Amino acid sequence: MSGLPDQLRHITGLAFRHRHLLGTEELSAQEIETILDLSETFVDQNRRVDKKLQALGGLTQINLFFETSTRTRTSFELAGKRLGADVINMSVSSSAIKKGETLIDTAMTLNAMHPDILVVRHPDSGAAELLSQKVDGAIINAGDGSHEHPTQALLDALTIRRRRGRLQGLVVAICGDITHSRVARSNIHLLTTLGAHVRVIAPPTLAPTAIDRLGVSLHHDIESGLRDVDIVMMLRLQTERMQGSFVPSKREYFHFYGLDAEKLRHAKPDALVMHPGPMNRGVEIDTTLADDLDRSVIREQVEMGVAVRMACLMLLTRHLTNR
Amino acid sequence: MSNPRTAYLNARIVDPSAGRDEIGGLLVEDGRILDAGAAVSAETLADDVATIDCQGLTLIPGLVDIQVYAREPGAEHQETFATASAAAAAGGVTAFATMPNTDPVIDDVALVEYVRRLADDIGGVRIHPFAAATKGLRGTEMTEIGLLQAAGAVGFTDGGQAITEAQFMRRLMAYAAAHDALIWQHPEEPSLTTEGDMNDGETATRLGLIGIPTAAEVIMVERDIRLLELTGGRYHVGPLSTALSVEAVRRAKAAGLAITASTAPHYLALNELAVGDYRTFAKTAPPLRSEADRRAVVAGLADGTVDIVASGHCPQDAESKRLPFAQAAAGVVGLETLLPIALEQHHNQSVSLATILAALTAKPARLLKLPFGTLARGSAADFSLVDLDLAWRIDAEQLRSKSKNSAFDGKPVQGRVRRTYVDGRCLYDRDGEPPAS
Repeated sequence: MSGLPDQLRHITGLAFRHRHLLGTEELSAQEIETILDLSETFVDQNRRVDKKLQALGGLTQINLFFETSTRTRTSFELAGKRLGADVINMSVSSSAIKKGETLIDTAMTLNAMHPDILVVRHPDSGAAELLSQKVDGAIINAGDGSHEHPTQALLDALTIRRRRGRLQGLVVAICGDITHSRVARSNIHLLTTLGAHVRVIAPPTLAPTAIDRLGVSLHHDIESGLRDVDIVMMLRLQTERMQGSFVPSKREYFHFYGLDAEKLRHAKPDALVMHPGPMNRGVEIDTTLADDLDRSVIREQVEMGVAVRMACLMLLTRHLTNR
Repeated sequence: MSNPRTAYLNARIVDPSAGRDEIGGLLVEDGRILDAGAAVSAETLADDVATIDCQGLTLIPGLVDIQVYAREPGAEHQETFATASAAAAAGGVTAFATMPNTDPVIDDVALVEYVRRLADDIGGVRIHPFAAATKGLRGTEMTEIGLLQAAGAVGFTDGGQAITEAQFMRRLMAYAAAHDALIWQHPEEPSLTTEGDMNDGETATRLGLIGIPTAAEVIMVERDIRLLELTGGRYHVGPLSTALSVEAVRRAKAAGLAITASTAPHYLALNELAVGDYRTFAKTAPPLRSEADRRAVVAGLADGTVDIVASGHCPQDAESKRLPFAQAAAGVVGLETLLPIALEQHHNQSVSLATILAALTAKPARLLKLPFGTLARGSAADFSLVDLDLAWRIDAEQLRSKSKNSAFDGKPVQGRVRRTYVDGRCLYDRDGEPPAS
């Protein structure tokens, strides 16, 4: 364990039983707290001038992205590099997939190069799970279709915990395109596991069937949904996943579901506004509200993202034998 | 056969076509049944009759499976008539009907003749082609129903593709009625299923997959029932997977319409939870449904609303299944596991043995107007010997089908075919013993 700096020596003893990070649904409250606690270490580290550790020196991390992404890929890349891993980015366009090479072909090819960590984003739900059955290294799901995006929910939780001290008992509204959102699913699982009360606000066409079975309450009216909430999470309209017509127009959507100062008045006076990005200003969130530093923690979420991903990388690789 | 007459003695003879379930034997001459039942015993036989001791096994008519995607011509890497025939024999299926969804589509007299010739050349189980209901399965032009029927097509269907346009369907059913031709509809309204992955509900929501509502099925069934009221004729729908569509068929039958329905073993034995963590081998069309739907399909089988259980045998190679769920092909193989999975409903006392076997033998034969699925005097000696209670575990790798995409790999089941005979000829012998002494 010579590669580990003193402040990280305790991690081999932490409770975390997973080989891969595929979703928040499979995480226990204790495991979530473990990740968040460890993330705090890296928040401080990342604010120093010298941000680099050698904790993952010698390890190889491949960011395998089948969907375009700027912020998530950059965040994972920085996380790996700040821990000393060799990081390679691979973007696979959907056209290359159509040429005949399947997801599994690509994964097996990469697997032969012995990556220790594969960070995967893919447009199909279940893609990360499928890869985890085929490769030797640890898989981190960086978003699979409409299924899960666990590190996003973890960074959201860290942001909230730092602002409010806890998640237990908070009322969180998740508003927007729930049907197509992996962020919504990961947040619902994580927040309910930690004892927060989750409300889902969406037009009927963007609320998946039986969403209440995930332990949340469903609201079609944003004003009643936002009443006295502590946290408002806005989601992007994911038009790229929509087959057909789900809402009449962006104008009507903003009128009924877009967050502005007027609608936010129904929430608690100090309610925080969050957004996983990228934002569609004027579609789901009013542009002045998005930039309001008193209410919006959107930039803080981005900062927490790097720290949370460093914590996940550390936890998933801590038992690699030749370290 | 070297012996003109053979008697299969000491068996439990179950023949739903005659309401028979008794200890006795089966007497066969030149590939035809001379007699069956308690009357056939060692004491009543002439000296020159060869005898086979069935050692208490159950002797049933050969199964008639009305829905097999044989993949030949066009996708021989997935299945051929020869491999499907071998799988059928091992499953106690002595006759099956093929779906026209091949490449080329079976939509022409020459192609029906081609399939029949290919099937004859195999010398295996009996194979009867369905012809496409529409040219190229495009859903817009009728095939030559009268000529195709004369060439040996047992019915008309676009297989796993629904015939969607209502006016076209109305004319198709009306035209077919004049030829007394069977029209088989796949019960899915495509605009509700095309982007869908699995049953709509909690599991789909958790997995982030797109749900297919049960309404997709009942909308198509109800629409066709209205059309059938206008046109008359012989209409078949299946596989049914939902409580709503079973109820729709129940009401139509009560109203006296000539409607028949089928389901597949996976809708009797599995629900949507089989999809688990994106198990593509549990991806089917229609999708596996809720437990309440599964129970309703079983109840429909028990009360006769669902007439027939067909395997829906749909071979897919591993490459078509080892994909993210949304991209993976739908379908499961089922010829070899049709009987044990159906028998599960007998062993758990949900459906009587006679009802299950009727749904696998006499009723499908009657639907296709084939003289099989019976042990009646004078009929072909197509039968199998089954150990009804034998417990075993399905192993997909051991299946004779070229494709191993079983939804039941590893499943413990009860009831296994020991021998299968077509025209009195033993096509399958699990114990490897000589078929006649």
